[in-house]
Amino acid sequence: MVDTIVFIIAAIICLSGAFGVILVKNPVHAALMLVMTLFGIAVQFVALEAHFLAAVQVIVYAGAIVVLFLFVIMLLGIDVSQKLDIGAMKSQKIAAFGFAGAGLAILGFLINRVDNAATGRPPVGGAINDQTANVSQLAGSLFDDYVYAFELTSVLLVIAVIGAVVLARKPTQAQLEAGAEPEGSDA
Amino acid sequence: MEVTESWYLVLGALLFIIGGTGLLIRRNPLVMLMCVELMLNGVNLTFVAFSRMYSDIRGQTVVFFVLVVAAAEVVVGLGLVVAILRRQPEATADDLNVLKG
Repeated sequence: MVDTIVFIIAAIICLSGAFGVILVKNPVHAALMLVMTLFGIAVQFVALEAHFLAAVQVIVYAGAIVVLFLFVIMLLGIDVSQKLDIGAMKSQKIAAFGFAGAGLAILGFLINRVDNAATGRPPVGGAINDQTANVSQLAGSLFDDYVYAFELTSVLLVIAVIGAVVLARKPTQAQLEAGAEPEGSDA
Repeated sequence: MEVTESWYLVLGALLFIIGGTGLLIRRNPLVMLMCVELMLNGVNLTFVAFSRMYSDIRGQTVVFFVLVVAAAEVVVGLGLVVAILRRQPEATADDLNVLKG
């Protein structure tokens, strides 16, 4: 009973936040709506007994990624970031409604047809053990079975950091002069 | 009513659909990146729900990697937005076609 109430409240928070992100005009409000959705998902993670991921969701998503969004919005200035938003084109609207309609149709079909998606087969590896804490099981999987993938993510992060630094660097005088040439001459 | 894992799958799918619709309908690059985050979160919820359904921890491990990719994507995406707006203050998502080689 409690499960159902928690699920429904968190689902309403998630969905209203998601609708807020796509409907609200002001990008600052959209970012705050995104925080609402992320908190709702963190609650769902707790309900699914993924406790560590719930904490990471709040710290990394709500704490770091949304702050990065807000930081960039403030860096550009609210008026500039709002001016970026011009109305949707007709073809865009058609594409969006097509996507939403197709997605909802597939979802409805699946809800109707698939009674139980589980095959009933036991997990091949990394079975969840109720005796061990969630964090230590996750660590065992991450640092043991998937340690190479884990190391590769650090390479990815380094690349992202270097890319961000290169992109955000002020252009030098020579680059500005090169860029001052007529547009498309070197395209 | 008993909450089954399928409920979480439906919620994840709905978040994915809302995010994808927003990505198609909005033209503000900042909001478009937020919509990508919504889609990624829908997928994350699906992974965790399957992790519970099959009682397999690897579903949660994948979510970890998705988080890292999402962080990298936001950093580079926002860096691009800032860099483009610095060169062309009036740029919109349509003007990103200047990125073509």
